[in-house]
Amino acid sequence: MGEFLYLYRGGQRSPSPEQSQQIMQKWLAWMKELTVSGNLKDPGQPLELEGKVVKGKSATVTDGPFAEAKDLVGGFSLVVADDLAHAAKLAGGCPILEVDGCVEVRPVMKMDM
Amino acid sequence: MVATLTRAFGLHNLALAEDVVQDAFCRALEVWKLRGIPENPSAWLMKTAKNRAVDVLRRERTALTFAPDLGRLLQTEWTLTNAVEEMFDPIGIKDDQLRMMFSCCHPRLSAPAQVMLVLQLVGGFGAREVASAFVSSPAAVEKRLSRSKKTLAESGVLFDIADAADFALRMPVVQRALYLIFSEGYHGASPHAVIRTDLCCESIRLARLLAEHPLGAVPSSLALCALMYLDAARLPARLDAGGDLSSLFDQDRSRWDRGMIDEGRAWLDRSATGTELSRYHVEAAIAAAHAAAPRFEATDWTAIVSLYDTLMEISPSPVVALNRAIAVAQLRGPQTGLEALDAVNDRDRLARYPFYYAARGELELRRKNNAIAREHFASALALARNPVEQRFLKKRIEACACGAI
Repeated sequence: MGEFLYLYRGGQRSPSPEQSQQIMQKWLAWMKELTVSGNLKDPGQPLELEGKVVKGKSATVTDGPFAEAKDLVGGFSLVVADDLAHAAKLAGGCPILEVDGCVEVRPVMKMDM
Repeated sequence: MVATLTRAFGLHNLALAEDVVQDAFCRALEVWKLRGIPENPSAWLMKTAKNRAVDVLRRERTALTFAPDLGRLLQTEWTLTNAVEEMFDPIGIKDDQLRMMFSCCHPRLSAPAQVMLVLQLVGGFGAREVASAFVSSPAAVEKRLSRSKKTLAESGVLFDIADAADFALRMPVVQRALYLIFSEGYHGASPHAVIRTDLCCESIRLARLLAEHPLGAVPSSLALCALMYLDAARLPARLDAGGDLSSLFDQDRSRWDRGMIDEGRAWLDRSATGTELSRYHVEAAIAAAHAAAPRFEATDWTAIVSLYDTLMEISPSPVVALNRAIAVAQLRGPQTGLEALDAVNDRDRLARYPFYYAARGELELRRKNNAIAREHFASALALARNPVEQRFLKKRIEACACGAI
């Protein structure tokens, strides 16, 4: 068992009001599924698409977004799964995949003390 | 929400207000996706829109000029948040919606344009929904709406509901627009749905908004509410079990909505003050007379004919004359009814109206002139606007064949 961070990248945000509502319904269903199966540790939060990048020794501040819109992280959730393969399999149901987005699945590094 | 925000931004920034609402909606969906829908989504949306409004006002303060009367308050950081807070209080919102409703009914806009604007800006209908209400393409509606909004923006300021003289002058236009929305829902020309409950409900909501507002609650507004409730009460029976149109003659009256009839009567009672007798009073009284009859045969036609006579005096139209003729036929027989139909002025204006021919057909049928009746029903069928009307008229044609010699 381990914790995994889902990073939701890309995916068209809000096409038409009707479509957005349909997409949201799918998200609600998916989130519910993960909750019921006990895999959702934290639903997480969506992220604003704007931001700043602080870089270098002089801490230069530049405006984000940093990558192409399709690569931008739009939100995150924390799940519990048997292993990375299981976590990846669970991510297969994410509605973002239907709108050209992707889910990046990253194991959370744990140090047992 | 658009109405409230336009109050803040000024009518010339209507597009900005719409953007803020759209934006609030999109943001809400993003959050709800992950966190689930909150218990009170509309309050949540309102709050989001309010926060966005404060952001926009703060950011654009220097670039834009806002509503003239509020501009000063919105200019300084100290008063901005409070001013926005006040605008979003429930009473303020009702004022805003009323103000927007009156602004949309600008005399430089045609009646359909006014109705479309009211539906979109006060009713929150999308261009697609407005288009389906008016049997038009979303693109055409979009174009028309944006032209109307430009006209609205050029007029610069929102309608001042506190100006009693202007208010009284604009009132009939607003009432007509709301009644048009209702009629479109009640017997609209949509090829897909003969009844549009969403339009009926929205028009009732807006009419109540008008009738419950201290400024809008003139007798004719109350009567308009009464009329809408009394007519809408019959909606459940307008289509029979098979989805076919059912005329007043053979509707299953047990399916009439008693609650709505009571509500309508209560509005009608309250509208009976002052000296003003509007067409809405008379039409509501006619609807109430129908509602009072437990069976079609028990209808008080004497009262209904005399109400139609009054209606012809205060608001004559070929359609009113047609309905009066039908009532006359009930009271004094089909021969007199047909004579009344022949006497209708501007009869050619009914030439595209299927129910004119259907009425003639019905009366001829009753005089046992089946062949002539059949011809009239066939003319009506050629003008029918949707499959439901077509099915109804085909059945009538079949009825003519039954008794034929």
